[in-house]
Order: sequence, then structure tokens, then C-alpha cells
Amino acid sequence: MKITKEEVDKVAKLARLGFTEEEKEKFASQLNSILVYFDNLGELDTIGIEPTSHASTISNVFRDDKVESSISKEESLLNAPDGKRDCFRVPRIIE
Amino acid sequence: MEFEVIIGLEVHAQLLTKSKIFCSCSTAFGAEPNTHTCPICLGMPGVLPVLNKKVVDLTLKVALATHCQIAHYSRFARKNYFYPDLPKGYQISQYELPLAEHGYIEIVANGESKRIGITRVHMEEDAGKLLHDEGGEDVSYSYVDLNRTGVPLIEIVSEPDIRTPGEASEYLKSLRGILQYLDVCDGNMEEGSFRCDANISLRPIGQDGFGTKTELKNMNSFKNVQKALEYEIKRQTNILDGGDKVIQETRLWDAAKGVTLSMRGKEDAHDYRYFPDPDLVPLAVNDKWIEETKKSLPELPDEKRDRFVKEYQIPEYDAQVLTTSKSLANYYEECVKLYPNPKVISNWVMVELLRRLKTDDRDIEECPVSPKLLARMLEMIDDGTISGKIAKTVFEDMYLTGEAPEKIVEKKGLLQVTDQEEVVEVVEKVLAENPKEVENYKKGKTKLFGFFVGQVMKETKGKANPNLVNEILRKMLD
Ligand SMILES: [Zn+2]
Repeated sequence: MKITKEEVDKVAKLARLGFTEEEKEKFASQLNSILVYFDNLGELDTIGIEPTSHASTISNVFRDDKVESSISKEESLLNAPDGKRDCFRVPRIIE
Repeated sequence: MEFEVIIGLEVHAQLLTKSKIFCSCSTAFGAEPNTHTCPICLGMPGVLPVLNKKVVDLTLKVALATHCQIAHYSRFARKNYFYPDLPKGYQISQYELPLAEHGYIEIVANGESKRIGITRVHMEEDAGKLLHDEGGEDVSYSYVDLNRTGVPLIEIVSEPDIRTPGEASEYLKSLRGILQYLDVCDGNMEEGSFRCDANISLRPIGQDGFGTKTELKNMNSFKNVQKALEYEIKRQTNILDGGDKVIQETRLWDAAKGVTLSMRGKEDAHDYRYFPDPDLVPLAVNDKWIEETKKSLPELPDEKRDRFVKEYQIPEYDAQVLTTSKSLANYYEECVKLYPNPKVISNWVMVELLRRLKTDDRDIEECPVSPKLLARMLEMIDDGTISGKIAKTVFEDMYLTGEAPEKIVEKKGLLQVTDQEEVVEVVEKVLAENPKEVENYKKGKTKLFGFFVGQVMKETKGKANPNLVNEILRKMLD
């Protein structure tokens, strides 16, 4: 087993997700089969090949340092479940 | 036990661009909440961030000015964590393959220059701001303003080469000086455009490995950085002397109480699961770009220091201090233009002016004594209006009131006594009051000459012209 139930637990906690015990068992086994499948890549000789971080080979895509109009604060807050005083409002984070 | 202190600093500096790092929203400070936002910096799904080229240009300048090696290939990564000021749930930063590594800057510590290594310089985006309704009706909420989200930052990480809180403060001053010389950051610590976190650990003298470190945050001035480090040294020393172990943790500096406090609860989140950001293509910086940036660099503190030594014939140490900040160097050169005696100016700036500014924890920009006033005062010493000693009193008054030296001299009656008869009168009085010393002097105790000069100066409240006093005393004693 490459992934234990404890590791699923930890990742779920970092992602703020809650799972039942059954789900955790199921995800552990699913993640395992994914990783086992990836092991097939180990059969290839990759010595001297840089790890790939991007699928395309382009680099240096830039924009100029120019200000363009932003959206309005009303639009900004449109999707927020709670907003007040032009701000997003969340439960207090610092005591 | 005797311990050695190991300090490393992490600085975050806001870059002076007009627009944000990955979108075209304005970076201007002080706008109404959430008016500088767009789908990209709000972290809406499906948007595409595009890198602001100016950010790379400015970071390259910093990297070259701090003698770093530039990576020809670098990329951006996602740093994943949850916090309300971070709408995407990750911060775009650089992790593996930062833009620059292995540099150094020079600082002055204990009158000597010392090199502090730079581990890395990388680019990242700033987070938003949390506001609180202190004492109001809504104390149970945090209000989130995302105007600052996506403002470009550079992170500059030092090697653990710093050994005292004083060195830490010098390092920050030098680094801020470089950023200001380059015009890449305004360096304002109070407004948060120049921020510093510190890693600090202790180890018994002679030990090779490092001890357990703590990370200090929330220090918003040079003085607070120094105080927080001093406090933490004491705290860790007590723990180690008591046979206990320092816990690796983040601690917040509480400036009001003068203590560092453990920031419990956030610790388990220190698993950022970095991975290359698939939305941003890699950055390739070629030699031509590096060379062009090099050519565009202004005169930097080191170069200015060498020029000051050569051009003004002042000691290297003085030149180093004077060039740490661009504004101080400008102040000095402004003074020299008005009063072309670089050495005298250097002495006044180094001794009186900087001491006074340090006492008040003020920058040169806030100095009430303009170059014009200082130059005018020095001219008054030269033309005999005031003595060098009285000048210190005048200087103090100028510093406090910002008034012209002529006015202060008149107001306080500080005119130098150059009137022969007046001085003769005082000398006669002093000699009459100290017959024993006069006798001893005449027997050969010539060292007493200084005593008589002192008495005359005391009698005239420092206003007598020293040359005149010497002359008259010699005449009357010898
Ligand atoms: Zn935006």
C-alpha cells in the first residue's frame, strides 16, 4: 500500500474536506491504484531528462505594466455569501 | 552557558509597479476596499494570470545589485493554504528554481564591514488585508479587502550569517537602501511595503550544528526587529539554561507588551504542497536581458561609497555609513555643494546629526535641519560668529525648532566673545581666583594650561573665542 488511510486523513484535513470512514478506505484504495499505475513509468529510462512542469514548450508570456479598469466592488462581492461595508465578511480570524 | 546567536532574515518588499503581478488592476495604496479587483485576482475559476514584465525587470535589478546568480530558467509554483485573505486557496510564488540565488550584501557592524549571504530572491504575489471593527458591533467578524491581493512582492532570504540584533538592523537598513537606490520599493515599514520576518536560534559556542529555531513575525520597524530579537535571545537563553528545549514555532512580536507570543494553531498548516503552476509558462532570462539590466543599474551604495572615499577624501567607514541610504547620501552631497569642506560635513553628519536621528528613531527625510541650515551654521563657525563648541548648542536648537542658526544665536545670546578686553577681564578673574594653580604652573606644571582654558570657557559659557583665550593666557602666564 502506497497510501494509507492516515494519509488520506491528512490530505483531507489540509483541503478542509470531511469524509466518512468508508470513504477514506475507498479513496485510499483508489489513490493506490493510481499510483501503482504511475509506476509503469518507472520502466522507462529517464536518465538525463529534465522533469516536465508544463505540457507546452513556450516560455516568457508577458503583459506590459499597464493599469486597466477593474470590476466594480458590487460585482466583486456578487458571489460572496456574506459581505458588508464593501468587504467580504468571514468569521473573525484573529482573536 | 555561553551561546552564539544565529539569525536569518526574510524580507518581503512590494515592487513599485503600476499594475498587479498577474492582472491589470492598479496597485495604488489607499483605495476604497475591493475596488482594485478583477476575476483574476479574485481567484475566479477559468481565468488566466499573465506575468507583468516589469516585475521581472525590477527583480532582476535587485538580484544583480545583491550579487546573485541569475537562473536562465525559472518558474512559478502554487503554495497551497487556506486563509481568508487568499481567495484562490493558494499563493503564486516561486519554490524550486527561483529567479536568483547565492548573492550577498555588505553591512557595517561594529565599525567594520561584513558580508551577509543572500540565499535567494524570488517573485510572488501579496495577499489581501483583514480589517476588524475593534470595539464596534461586529467584533466577531473579519472584513476582507482584496485590493492588495496580487500586488507584486519580492522575497529576499538571507543566509543565517547574522549574529546580533544590531547586525540584523544594519542588514535591513542596507537592503532597504539598495531597494531605494534602485527605485524598486519605497521601503516603508510602517505601511507594510517592506516587511521582515526573522529566524533565530541559539547554540553553545563551539558547536557546529544549529539549535532549534523560532520564526518571529509582526515587527513593523527596525527598532521592533531589534527589540523582538533581543527579547527572543533572552527567552531562549533562559529555556536552554534551565535544561529545557526550544520548541520550533512561529511567534508574534507584541510591541505594546514587549514580548514574543506563540502563535498556536497555525502550525499544522505548514504543509504547502507546492507544485508548478500550470497557468504560468516558465520564465527564460537570457544573457542579453541580464546585460541590459546591468547597464541600467544606477550608482549603488558600494560604488557610491568608493566614490565618496576618492572624491571627498573621507574615511571608508564614514563613506559606508553615509551611503547606506540614498537620501542620506543626497543630503551629504547637498551639504558639500553648499559648504565645500567634505570632511567637516562628514564629521557633523556622522557625529551630531546621525546620533540625534538615532535617538528619535527618525529617518534623514524627517530631519528638521536642512543642508542649507547646516551649511550656514558651519559658515558662522568659520567667520568667528560662534565657536565650535557653541555650534553644538546651536545645532541642537536647530534640530528641535528648525530655525535658522542666525536667529538662534541672536535669541539665545550665543555670539562668540572676540572682544579682546572682555576676554582679558575674564582671564584676570580666573587667575585671581586660582592662585595656587598659577603658582604651580609657574613652577613648571605646564599641563595646568588646559585647566585655565577650561575655567575661562566655563566663565564665558563657551562663548569665548578659543584662539583668543590661548593667546591672552600665554601672554599673562608666560
Ligand atoms: Zn485584478
